[in-house]
Amino acid sequence: MENIKIWLKKNLFSNWYYSLITIFILYVLFSTIPTFLDWAFFKATFIGNTKSDCKSGGACWVFIKVWFDKLIYGFYPEKDLWRVNLTFLILIFSVALAFFVKDKFKMYILFFIIFIFPFIGFILIRGGFGLDQVETRVWGGLALTFMLTFFGIIFAFPLGVLLALGRRSELPVFRYFCIAFIEFWRGIPLITVIFAAAIMFPLFIPANANVDKLLRVAIGISIFESAYIAEVVRGGLQSLPKGQYEAAKSLGMGYWKMNFLIILPQAIKTVIPGITNTFIALFKDTPLIILVGLLELLGMVNLAKSNSYWLGFAVEGYVFVGIIFWVFSYLLSRYTQSLEKKYSTEKH
Amino acid sequence: MFLTSQFKTTLKKNLQPLNLLPQVFLILLIIYIVYFFSKNTEINLDSRNLNFGFDFLSNNAGFDIQFSLINYDGSSSYAKSYLVGLLNTLLVAFFGIIFATILGFIVGISRLSTNWMLNKLSLIYVELFRNLPLILQIFFWYFVVIRSLPSTEKSVIILNFLIINLQGFYIPKFIFSNFVFIFYGLILALAVTFFLRYYATKVFYESAKVIPVFKIFLLLVIIFPIIFALLGDVKITIEYPKLVKNFGIFNYLGGVKLVPEFLALLFSLSLYTSAFIAENVRAGILAISKGQKEASKSLGFNNSQTLKLIVIPQALRVIIPPTTNQYLNLTKNSSLAAAIGYPDLTGVFAGTALSQTGKAIEIIFIVMMTYLTISLIISIILNWYNKKIALVER
Repeated sequence: MENIKIWLKKNLFSNWYYSLITIFILYVLFSTIPTFLDWAFFKATFIGNTKSDCKSGGACWVFIKVWFDKLIYGFYPEKDLWRVNLTFLILIFSVALAFFVKDKFKMYILFFIIFIFPFIGFILIRGGFGLDQVETRVWGGLALTFMLTFFGIIFAFPLGVLLALGRRSELPVFRYFCIAFIEFWRGIPLITVIFAAAIMFPLFIPANANVDKLLRVAIGISIFESAYIAEVVRGGLQSLPKGQYEAAKSLGMGYWKMNFLIILPQAIKTVIPGITNTFIALFKDTPLIILVGLLELLGMVNLAKSNSYWLGFAVEGYVFVGIIFWVFSYLLSRYTQSLEKKYSTEKH
Repeated sequence: MFLTSQFKTTLKKNLQPLNLLPQVFLILLIIYIVYFFSKNTEINLDSRNLNFGFDFLSNNAGFDIQFSLINYDGSSSYAKSYLVGLLNTLLVAFFGIIFATILGFIVGISRLSTNWMLNKLSLIYVELFRNLPLILQIFFWYFVVIRSLPSTEKSVIILNFLIINLQGFYIPKFIFSNFVFIFYGLILALAVTFFLRYYATKVFYESAKVIPVFKIFLLLVIIFPIIFALLGDVKITIEYPKLVKNFGIFNYLGGVKLVPEFLALLFSLSLYTSAFIAENVRAGILAISKGQKEASKSLGFNNSQTLKLIVIPQALRVIIPPTTNQYLNLTKNSSLAAAIGYPDLTGVFAGTALSQTGKAIEIIFIVMMTYLTISLIISIILNWYNKKIALVER
């Protein structure tokens, strides 16, 4: 009891204005949280299949339940949903495996995820080899959000690393090209990139070469993010002492051998937090594709809430989307912080 | 002499075949890609009976924009619709930066507060707003929060100054006559401060006396415009928004109307960016070692002097560069306006104007170049400022 009193005095009521602030915050919390809990749980409707089941005045989670498949898979044909599920199961399984095996095998798993898995996933989801073709038009929902993020990561990362190396190259043509390239992409908003990929780019290629809209947008997003990755990696390169370069050269290593065996492994390790932050940004940026008519998770919610039968459930939809995005971004950023701590203790 | 010899060695190095070949190859590749794209564009435009050129800018736009800082109507040109969009972008970015900075500093300092409640609440604030996609926040403000405001008849009126309803926010409009005189007053205040600063530096080095230039400047900025306003016979009329009933529908007329799209965008941009700025502020203050404060105390500085002369100048050095990036991000993120129909540069020009004219290449080029220019200008200004306050080591 005494301890609680001391804690309260020290942490909440140490002087008069802190006391005022504490009381004010308590007042605000007590007037908002019960209302919110009532809405989200106590008065909410969980059971039912139609709009008329929601009469209690609270949140209508039936809306999410009915639309759930659409929110996750978009308009992907129902009988083929197992293909999407299988793809993501393979990914989750191989990522989880990477955490438990020895470092030696991690390399193989990483190789599988980066070079083999994309093709397996593409064939499974797109079709071919005896599977029905499913056009990208009907891809959507959370699955599309993840696909875009994954595509962005495996494309933007190598491109970003190359750009970072190019920016520090001794050859002026490469250096100036990379500087201009990076600064251009960093100076424009992602929306203009998406517009350009969807509307302007088809004019640049021969009329009969039909590049899929989703692919164009995905490439646009990847190039955009690669410029940010490049700047993060450059930070890592600059933090390395000159001696590392000199040592590599004195061992007779050439440019590529030096960078890939000595410089990059050290540089990338120091900037892992920055790189993950860029990937979180990429994940949070994917909903922007609604502007060109591609419907990932947020786009599907927007579609569902404007369905004439299901009008008026915007809040439930946005809360659902918010929870999903928040949980993933938060967990990733916590994981990053733990990595940051791990590497900073190794240094000292 | 040194420069030329260095140049010669660089040149020599680059002329070695191993270095020269890939560079020549890159140049040829770029030339080929440009050629390939422009040839295809030519063919594609021909087949659609379109032509490349910027002369459409002087044509009549023929569409209306519901929120504009300058006079604009359907008979104005596309060039003018561009200007309207640009001004709307700058408007929302300007106020967004101000609000995000204020909020960010408040939350960032609260994060270091010893008050447990305040500390945790600001932590929740930061984690909540920075981990949600900005576009979701914009939709939430626009489709949920603003849609739940009261209707026009039941408007919330705060001190007769701010009227809140479903149609947006209304504030009184201040109309100045002879506004130029206030402007003259400001210029004179700036000019006097400029000379005063010069004088103050001289006095400081000669007799170690400190003239409080900034305080005098604040005083002058207020007093000079008022004196000039009195001399120049400046009159201020305040136009209040009035409730008018037209065809049975209530509406507020007059004053300044802030449309829901603007408000939703402003709120979400400010809150989203403030969460990032708060983290910068926190990191900046934490970066100052305790020794700095102790040293300052032992030199006899009191608490406010320590904060003003020791802590803040050093913390700012850490805070400013990442915060600059946030300002740039905010400006670029304001292009999300297109998603809710706020007529910013992207919405008006890359949206409406593009679909009307079909001039995809020209319009997207103009829009990209505009954002690029804004980004460059902001980063040049803040780099200059950053250099000014950067650590000068011996």
